[in-house]
Amino acid sequence: MSAETHEGVHRHPAPTSFIRKYIFSIDHKVIGIQYIMLALAAVVVGMTMSLLMRLNLSWPGTSWPILETLFPTGAPGGVMTPEFYLSLVTMHGTIMVFFVLTTAPQGGFGNYFLPIQIGAEDMAFPVLNMLSFWVTLVGFIVILLAIFVEGNASLGQAFSALGPSFAGGSGTVGPIGGWTGYAPLSALGKIAGPGQGAGMNLWVISIAIFCVGSLLGALNFITTLLNMRTKGMTLMRMPLTCWAWFTTAVLALLSFPVLLGGGILLLLDRIAGTSFFIPSGLYVSGLLSGSNPNFPLHTGGSPILWQHLFWFFGHPEVYIAILPGMGATSHILATFARKPVFGYRAMVFAIFAIGLLGFFVWGHHMFISGMSPYSAIAFSVLTLSIGVPSAVKTFNWLGTLWGSRIRFTTAMLFALGFVSLFVAGGITGLILGQSSLDLAMHDTYIVTAHFHLVMGVASIFGMFAALYFWFPKMFGRMMNEGLGRIHFWITFIGVYTIFVPMHIMGIVGMPRRYSSFGEYEFLKTLHPLVLLVSVAAVITILAQVIFYFNVFWSIFKGKKASDNPWEATTLEWTTSTPPPHDNFAGVLPTVYHGPYEFAVPGAPNDFIMQTDAGAEVPDGHGHNGNKH
Amino acid sequence: MATMVTSTKKVTNKGIGSGGNFPGPNGKKPGGNGFHGGGDGDRKRKFSPASYRITMWMVLAAIVMMFGALSAAYAYLILSAEHQTPVRMPRMFFVSTGLILVSSVTFQQAKRSLQQDRARAYLRWLLATLGLGIGFLASQLVGWRELARAGVYFSGHPRSTFFYLATALHGAHLLGGIGLVLYLVIRRLRPLWQLHAEKNTAWTRVVGLYWHAMDGIWIWLFVLLLIFK
Repeated sequence: MSAETHEGVHRHPAPTSFIRKYIFSIDHKVIGIQYIMLALAAVVVGMTMSLLMRLNLSWPGTSWPILETLFPTGAPGGVMTPEFYLSLVTMHGTIMVFFVLTTAPQGGFGNYFLPIQIGAEDMAFPVLNMLSFWVTLVGFIVILLAIFVEGNASLGQAFSALGPSFAGGSGTVGPIGGWTGYAPLSALGKIAGPGQGAGMNLWVISIAIFCVGSLLGALNFITTLLNMRTKGMTLMRMPLTCWAWFTTAVLALLSFPVLLGGGILLLLDRIAGTSFFIPSGLYVSGLLSGSNPNFPLHTGGSPILWQHLFWFFGHPEVYIAILPGMGATSHILATFARKPVFGYRAMVFAIFAIGLLGFFVWGHHMFISGMSPYSAIAFSVLTLSIGVPSAVKTFNWLGTLWGSRIRFTTAMLFALGFVSLFVAGGITGLILGQSSLDLAMHDTYIVTAHFHLVMGVASIFGMFAALYFWFPKMFGRMMNEGLGRIHFWITFIGVYTIFVPMHIMGIVGMPRRYSSFGEYEFLKTLHPLVLLVSVAAVITILAQVIFYFNVFWSIFKGKKASDNPWEATTLEWTTSTPPPHDNFAGVLPTVYHGPYEFAVPGAPNDFIMQTDAGAEVPDGHGHNGNKH
Repeated sequence: MATMVTSTKKVTNKGIGSGGNFPGPNGKKPGGNGFHGGGDGDRKRKFSPASYRITMWMVLAAIVMMFGALSAAYAYLILSAEHQTPVRMPRMFFVSTGLILVSSVTFQQAKRSLQQDRARAYLRWLLATLGLGIGFLASQLVGWRELARAGVYFSGHPRSTFFYLATALHGAHLLGGIGLVLYLVIRRLRPLWQLHAEKNTAWTRVVGLYWHAMDGIWIWLFVLLLIFK
């Protein structure tokens, strides 16, 4: 079989110029790496902000000269003001949730591996795919502008050319309303406080742009998965990663339009004088609505409406962040436990159940908004019912590990870490999901601890696992396992040292989002814990330097990787390393087996590739050997 | 496919050969690496109407979610407002409703003409649809003037804003639909148009889906504004 007979298979020829190959590429693999690089850049910004927050909480009033250089109006004398701290909270959350937890697992790894794992030579619409990345990047640039427009008076002045509401320089690094941007303060403009003018405008615009980028991506994922699977790749033979990316895309498709709609309303309230989220008779900053040209009359709006719209998106969003991590964890656990995923079908249904239930629980973020207790009970019951599919997944992960001879690679360590963090963080979900308990715990550090463990750090661990696992395929070289192990252990112990004490702080009653606690007598005894958390945070952040070094060093100097270094079974490991432009060098593979045929009785090797036509797999092995 | 067998069959780009067994790019995988040659690659290379259809359904799902959220927001605000001053539905919006309903019929006629291979009728019905679509947008603008004359402005109580916002957002989406119909017209006017029959049908179908959906969303918004005023 000569290669030239298959040249017609190329959907689009391999690009030759540097710009078409690496910058404006329509190759899903390059776009995937671009998304990952975007997340790697965004996470540095977000992490720096968390570092600054910890510094301020532990050593309030200290002068940090570098801050004065960067933000002369934001941190005069290098000392963080309470408003500066609040804007750090806002921007840390926004950048992490949107530009890290949403981009890397789905846009990054999903883009790179979904087409390969289902045996397609690219996404269904490669140009649309390119657009979705570039739109997302524009969103990121706009959110960075929000930082500097507010933090730097001269830049803020320059931006006032866009209109008076874009004049920044109010001494923050963005809006001060949290990543949830609660109305009415987010809807009023400058009079609502520093950062709420230009910073908030750019924040809303950035989020709206991000929504569009994510929607374009979701369309491509769904169409590709439904229509471009190769011969033999039935739905129930897909790796669990593909199921996770697919469900995530469906969630994004149905939830981002709601945020986009809400964002449009919010922006209109801010710049067009409408009153969707601004109630009648509002009194803010010493001004009554309608009494002053800076604060025109508003009637008939509802701030709670914003909460409904935001959280109808916001809750599915946390699953958008975590589901790809679940998929990668299932995949990696099976590979290194050398066993089929326990209960493949149950895993698929659990992913779907989590995604579906995610649309009916948004009210649990609003228990203290004054909602009827009957609604609260309904939202509570639905929320707690998510524990069932979550428990199914956890049980099946443990079932996969049961009795296995584990290969403790770095990827496996991070996948195990994911399971640990998901359980540790999920447990408090059962507490916070009950409206009666949430009334007391709401807006304390236990909420911060809960969501950081279960959807923040766990998703990040999923991404770490995915990167250590797929790095050889993506870059043709292995990452350094020794550095990887050091990175894992410091990070694993570090995140628990950061977030376990936060549970205690929350139960004692320490509120979230406060820039200092010096005035509260009952919280003074907690200061040693606050210090411990900050020291752990600094060490954990420093450990990430090892990770970054490992990534960029290994891209150029790592040990050369073979085509299937982990002895895994799915399609990405059947092609060369790194894969050619059209993924399979002109010939799409045919699939004969389920994705996790490890330890098959009577087989010559302990694993059977999905493309292995000759191998016999006993019925029911791994619960996914269905043949159509 | 544990062994590497060189195929003896000639595989053409038409994609009819079943192909033989041959090694993967490196041909040295542990556990075998069974590629199935021949038509598989070519099968995927062909234009896939299903891709367009699925994507359009997904686009519509997203659009419906957005209008659904806005409708829920509208109903929420109206139901929780204390004192009501109802906004009268502009007369022109009834005309709009008529125009868009007829435009769905004309588009359906265009589709049928294409199926019956009547190229001229196809073009005629497309142009009729285009005209009705533009007429719809014009009638909406006239409706806005009617609202403004009645003292209903964009900024103010959300109830008045929604009359403008719902029509503007729907109008923007319909403008996209007009662009799509225009694209069908341009396709139709290309010299070798008939050669791409499969693509023509696929495009006409997805544009039809979009057009009818915009019709449906307008009816939905119209009824919503009529009931909750």
